[in-house]
Amino acid sequence: MSSHASTELPPHAQAVLAEVAPADLPRPELIGHRRDFAWITDKICSITEGPTPTWWWVAFGVACLVASFTVAGLVYLVATGVGVWGHANPVNWAWDIVNFVFWIGIGHAGTLISAILCLFRQKWRTSINRAAEAMTIFAVCCAGLFPLFHVGRVWWAWWLFPLPNANAIWPQFRSPLLWDVFAVSTYATVSTLFWYMGMIPDLATLRDRAKSKAKQIFYGLFAMGWRGSNRHWQNYEMAYLLLAALSTPLVLSVHTIVSFDFAVSLVPGWHTTIFPPYFVAGAIFSGFGMVLTLMLPLRAIYKLDDLITQYHIDCMCKITLATGSIVGYAYAMEFFIAWYGANPYEGFAFVNRAFGHYAWAYWIMISCNVITPQLFWFRKVRENTTLVWVLSIFVNVGMWFERFVIIVTSLARDYLPSSWGYYSPSVVELFTFFGTFGVFAVLFLLFLRFLPLMAMAEIKAVSPQADPHAGPDAPAHH
Amino acid sequence: MSEQIHGYLAAFDTPAEIMHAAEQVRDAGFQHWDVHTPFPVHGMDSAMGLKRSRVQRLTLLGGIAGFTTGMLMVWYMNAFDYPLIVGGKPLFSPLFAFPVAYELTILFAAFGTLGGMFLFNRLPMHYHPVMKAVQWPRATDDRFFIAIDADDPQFDADRTREFLQEIGGKDIAALEP
Repeated sequence: MSSHASTELPPHAQAVLAEVAPADLPRPELIGHRRDFAWITDKICSITEGPTPTWWWVAFGVACLVASFTVAGLVYLVATGVGVWGHANPVNWAWDIVNFVFWIGIGHAGTLISAILCLFRQKWRTSINRAAEAMTIFAVCCAGLFPLFHVGRVWWAWWLFPLPNANAIWPQFRSPLLWDVFAVSTYATVSTLFWYMGMIPDLATLRDRAKSKAKQIFYGLFAMGWRGSNRHWQNYEMAYLLLAALSTPLVLSVHTIVSFDFAVSLVPGWHTTIFPPYFVAGAIFSGFGMVLTLMLPLRAIYKLDDLITQYHIDCMCKITLATGSIVGYAYAMEFFIAWYGANPYEGFAFVNRAFGHYAWAYWIMISCNVITPQLFWFRKVRENTTLVWVLSIFVNVGMWFERFVIIVTSLARDYLPSSWGYYSPSVVELFTFFGTFGVFAVLFLLFLRFLPLMAMAEIKAVSPQADPHAGPDAPAHH
Repeated sequence: MSEQIHGYLAAFDTPAEIMHAAEQVRDAGFQHWDVHTPFPVHGMDSAMGLKRSRVQRLTLLGGIAGFTTGMLMVWYMNAFDYPLIVGGKPLFSPLFAFPVAYELTILFAAFGTLGGMFLFNRLPMHYHPVMKAVQWPRATDDRFFIAIDADDPQFDADRTREFLQEIGGKDIAALEP
């Protein structure tokens, strides 16, 4: 391109400015009050290092009591038989599978925060990823109880795995139920590996600060001798990125395969291709609801306002809003296709959901899932942490009801009216389900007490002082 | 008096300082040295002159192993050893075998990744002389360190210490083996 001297250009073509620099937009600070590295270390480590607070003992006692409901329910179930649950023809999947999908869905937010937000370079994830990933693992533990125990003869549940057995028969790999076995097992394993690997540098920090021999041995053992060597960080960072890249298709595939449990059947209201993306979006939606439910009280109790700032809460609310909107869209699209497809059974299934015997469940679902997240458009709502917490509870309740509506209404009213029935949960099912919140709480409280709640090394790495190219008074560039 | 030392440990206070110091250590030609930081400092890999990480190779190996295992397993179990006749459909199809093979790909690749990380880092290694230094606890907290090992060909008890001081190292300590 030949160059002309600027004086030769006509006036309207000459540049107004000698140089154009993009405006430097002020970015929100990820760490309040520009706290330094030592403050971050002290803040997080002090949670595990001080004496156990009284509230923790009270919460742990209550959690153990509630968890005992699940233990009692499951023992009674195995000792007596599946008949103690409310299942009967035609509704042979009910609370058990609803609870399974509910808990698995909650787990997906943790993996999204750990893996997908990492790939998208969202630095704000560093304050919540450790706790969210712990939430995922404990949620998968609770979820796994249901398919395990709903088989009836639990002592033969190992037949689900491709292990040689006395009948010389192998699993049926065409079934999504089998795909589920592999998907959920892989999900539990990979999530645990990712969570553990992320904790190694922080366990090393706790090891180096440990005062008692027991703590030195415990943290030292699991820290694997980590010494912050940059040669190690290089491999570690590569492994972290790779695990994030692997976990992303994993989290998308797990709930897709869970949705296949329904979508590959012929039941009206189940057999739709929208299920995989609809379930994945719903899972992330419910998971973020649970992340908010957990993190907001923790932020208040441990005074973590400088690490979980309003910006973090805003981001979480916005993701909840986005995924909630996708779920709302999916409801509308299902309804539309049921009408447009002119399949009388499909059309009936949807009208029945809204106006049939389970209409009460349907409208709880709609108000919690469609209306509630839309409130997050408003900054006043997002800045009111108590209100956000209450709304997050509604999100969880709504998503439980969504799975209930999908599973039970479609089974209760399928093709032949002579097969129709109504399902109610039995007391045993109620106790078993509510007990799993206790199981989750026990595990999470133990995590809070003994393990680093936040990813200290990652938070330090995204703080403005960590940038080697910035001066000491660097503004918060991301 | 001759005392066996494992090397020297020098402290730095900011990521910028340790980056520049590391570049100078690299340019001076040291081989057996390391940088210890509480978090990965952006750009330190090239400041140390490190080659690309090799973890991906094990990830790929794991992934290939997982996919092959999945497909082979499903073929063997549903089409060969005990052929399952379902609605007259083909005994084996990569389509129905895909979800299981896909999950096993991810699972084995994850094992390869984590295993690779441990393998190439030679971890677990619960004992290392650098962790016995008095100022060590701050290495996993808020301070940055360079350690030069005594078995480096260019190591000299006096000159290396002076070199570390020149490049800005503070609290230089000798490490016991």
